[in-house]
Amino acid sequence: MIRAVGYRLAQAVMVALLVGVLTFLMMQALPGDMAFRIAAGRYGYDSVNAAAAEAVRQELGLDRPAIEAFGRWFMDLLRLDFGTSVISGAPVIEEIRHQLGASLQLAGAALALSLLIGPPVGVMAGLRAGGWLDRGLLVVSTALRSVPQFLMGLILIVLFSIQLGWLPAAGYGRPAHFILPALTLALGLAAASARITRDAMAGVAGTPFYAFGRWKGLGEGQLFRRHGLRNIGVALVTFLGLQFAMLVEGVVVIEAIFGWPGIGHALVHAIFGRDVPMVQGTALLLGLGFVALNAAVDLAAHWIDPRGTEKAGAKA
Amino acid sequence: MIFRLLASAAMISALSSAALANDGVIDVVAPFEIKSPDPTTSGNVFIKMDVAETLLNADAEGHLTPGLATEWQVSGDGLEWRFHLRDGVLFHDGSPFTAEAAANALNIARAKPGLLETAPIAGISAEGGEVVVRLTEPFAPLPAFFSEYRSLIYAPSAYAADGSVTQVIGTGAYRVTKLEAPLRLEAEAFADYWGAAPAIGRASYQAVGRAETRALLAESGDADYVFNLDPASTTRLSSVDSVDILTVSVPRTLLLKVNAGHPALSDPRARQALSMAIDREGLAEAILRFPAGGTQLFPPSLGEWHAEGVAPLAYDPEKARALLAELGWQPGPDGILVRNGERFSLTLTTFPDRPELPLSAAVLQQMFADIGVEMTIDSTNSSEIPVRHADGTLDLALLNRNFALVPDPVGTLLTDYAPGGDWGAMNWDNPAFTALIRALARGEGGQAERDRAVAILQDDLPVIPIAWYQQSAAVSKGITGAVIDPYERTIGLKDIRWAE
Repeated sequence: MIRAVGYRLAQAVMVALLVGVLTFLMMQALPGDMAFRIAAGRYGYDSVNAAAAEAVRQELGLDRPAIEAFGRWFMDLLRLDFGTSVISGAPVIEEIRHQLGASLQLAGAALALSLLIGPPVGVMAGLRAGGWLDRGLLVVSTALRSVPQFLMGLILIVLFSIQLGWLPAAGYGRPAHFILPALTLALGLAAASARITRDAMAGVAGTPFYAFGRWKGLGEGQLFRRHGLRNIGVALVTFLGLQFAMLVEGVVVIEAIFGWPGIGHALVHAIFGRDVPMVQGTALLLGLGFVALNAAVDLAAHWIDPRGTEKAGAKA
Repeated sequence: MIFRLLASAAMISALSSAALANDGVIDVVAPFEIKSPDPTTSGNVFIKMDVAETLLNADAEGHLTPGLATEWQVSGDGLEWRFHLRDGVLFHDGSPFTAEAAANALNIARAKPGLLETAPIAGISAEGGEVVVRLTEPFAPLPAFFSEYRSLIYAPSAYAADGSVTQVIGTGAYRVTKLEAPLRLEAEAFADYWGAAPAIGRASYQAVGRAETRALLAESGDADYVFNLDPASTTRLSSVDSVDILTVSVPRTLLLKVNAGHPALSDPRARQALSMAIDREGLAEAILRFPAGGTQLFPPSLGEWHAEGVAPLAYDPEKARALLAELGWQPGPDGILVRNGERFSLTLTTFPDRPELPLSAAVLQQMFADIGVEMTIDSTNSSEIPVRHADGTLDLALLNRNFALVPDPVGTLLTDYAPGGDWGAMNWDNPAFTALIRALARGEGGQAERDRAVAILQDDLPVIPIAWYQQSAAVSKGITGAVIDPYERTIGLKDIRWAE
C-alpha cells in the first residue's frame, strides 16, 4: 500500500517535470512569430499589426532567450505560482479554476448520468445473455457509439429545446444548462459502459459459483449483490476512470456546440495565442489530475477486489 | 428504453427550468469572447452591453452625437481639441465622472496598441472640467476616435498601477455583476445612471462561437438578441415566427491585398486583369449569400466615401486575358501563363477565423485559373499577413477590413494606404493619394478630394475589392427597441423593452 502511494508520488513528480519541459519545447517549436500570435490572440484577428506585435514583444521580453522564461516559470512553480496569462493578464490559476472547474462539473454530470443508464441496462442484458434485451442493447449501443457527438448534441437541442421547449439550447450558469451537454456525452458513455457491464455480467453469471448461489436458494437480488456486483466492479471502475480522463480533455466539440467554458476550449485558444503560461499550467494540472485519477482507480479496484494487493501495487 | 430514460430525464429537468424566455433578463448572444476587462481587448462587448461609455457616440449614418461629452470644439489652428463633459455622471463604484478620470482612461488606452496610438496626439489632460487634447498636427477624425470601443472611459479604480485593467467600472446604464471570461457576463441596471433607466432590469451576455448554436438559441427562445448569423441560418430563421431578422450593410469589405512590388503584379494592368477575372456577384451570392459584390472599396453605407462617379469594377475575363497578353504573358502547355520562362504563379495567404475567407479563396483560385493564373492557397494564422507584409514574402492576401472602427474611415486609410500598411497596400506608394488623405486628415478638402482619392484606388488597385458585408441579427418578438448598428457599436440594449 505504502509502496503504491510512494510510486504514485514519484510518478507525479516525473509527470510534472516532463509536462513542463515538453509543453515548453513544443510551444517553442511551433511555427510563426510568437509576438504576432499573442497580439492576434489579444487584440483580435484584424487588429494585429507590426506595431502591436512589437509592443507585445517589448512588454513580455520575447527577444530575451527562451530558456530564461522557462527558468522563471519553473522557479515560480516551486512557489506554486502558475504565472499570468499573456492574453488576458489574469492569473493562470484563476482561469484554470473557472474553465477546468466547468469541465470537471460537466464530465462529472455526464459520468453520473451514464452510470444511471449504462450499467443497469448492461447487468440486465448480461443476466440473460442472448435474450431480446441483450440483442437490442447491442444494436442500440452500436448505433449510439457510431453517432458523432456533435450530431448527437444537435439532435438533442432540436428535440428538447426547439421542438419541446423544455431545456435551454446552450449556455452556462443555471443547473438546467447541464442537462443537454451532459446527456450528449452520457449517451455515448452509457453505450460503452453498458456493453462492458454486460460482458462482465454474462461472464460472472455463467460461472459455477453463481449457479451454486442460485442453487442454494439466494434470490436474484441477493445473488447479484453478494456475488455479481463485486465481480463486475473492477472492470467497470477501471473503464470509468479511463472515460473520465477522456471526458475532461476530449469534449472540445461539445463545449463549442453548447457554449460551455471548458478547459479543452481554453487549451486550444491558448495554443493558438501562444499563451505559454496558460498551456503549461493547464497541461501540468491535467497531467497531475490523471495521475491522481489513476491512483484513485487503483485504490478503488484494490478495495473491490483485495486479492493479490501486494503484487498489483508493485505493478501498477 | 433509451427514449424512456431520455424523456424522464428531460421531464425532471423541465421542472427546474420552467420559465426560459421572459425571465426578467434580456439575453444577448454573440460570437465575441471576453478576453479580459480591458477595453483594448474586449471593449466591443462592453460597449454593446451598455456597461461602459465613450465620450462621443455615432448614429446610424456615422454622425457623431454627444456621449459622456456634450460639446466639443477645435482651436483655429486645429491643434487643440476641447471636450466639455456631462455633469452629474457617476461611475459604477460611486465615484464621480470627472475630466481627470476621462483623461486618465484615454491616456492609458493611448499607451496600448490600437487606433488611438496612431493619432498625432501630443498630450491629453484635464483642464477646468474639460478634456483637452493637444495634437502635433491637425487631425480632423480625432472626435471619431473617441467614439471607438477602445476609448471607453473606466473609473480610475478600474486600473492597476501599471495601467492593466482589473475590472469593468464604467458609467453605463448597466453595471457588471458577474464577469466569467471568456464566455459570460451578467449585468443589472445601474440605479444612478445619468440617463433614462433601462426598462429591463437585468441583462446577460453569452459568447457562442458556433453559428449553428447561435441560430438554435434564437429559435428556441433562449436568447433575445443574437448577433451575427451565418447565411444558412438567416434563411432558416426568417421562417421562424417568434424571431425577427435584422440586417444592415456594414462598412466591412472583403478584399484581396496585393504585393505591388511583385514582378508579376507591379504593373497596374496586371492588378486590373486579376480584378476583371473576379465574378463578384457570383461569389457574393454563392458564399456570402447576399448580392453585394464590391464594385469599389467602400460600400454605399459609408456615405460620402462611396464615390458615385467611378466606373464600377466589372467581370470581364476576355479583357483580363487581353491585358495580360499586352504585358507579355502567353499561355503555356498546361494553360498557365508564362513570361520569359516564369510561370504566373502566386500564393494567397488567408485565415480561417472567418469561415467565408478560405471558401472565397477556393472560388478565386478557380476564377484566376480561368485566365491562366495559378494560385496556391495558404490558410494560416491571421498574423502571418502582417508578418509576410513585413518580410516582403507576401504575394496576395484575402482578408476583410472594417473601415469604420471609427465612423470616419480616414484614420484607417491613413494607416493602410498612405502609403501602405499591414492590412492595406503593400509596396505601393502613390504620392497624390497620400497627399489627399493627409490633407483630409488635417480637415482640409471635401467631397471632390474624397472622390479623387477613391478614383485613384479604383484605377491603381493597391488592393482589389471583392464584396461588401452585411451584418445580421435575430431578435425575439418578445422585445422591442433592438437595433442593428452599421458601426457595430450598439444593439440598443438600454432602450429595449418587453413587447406588450
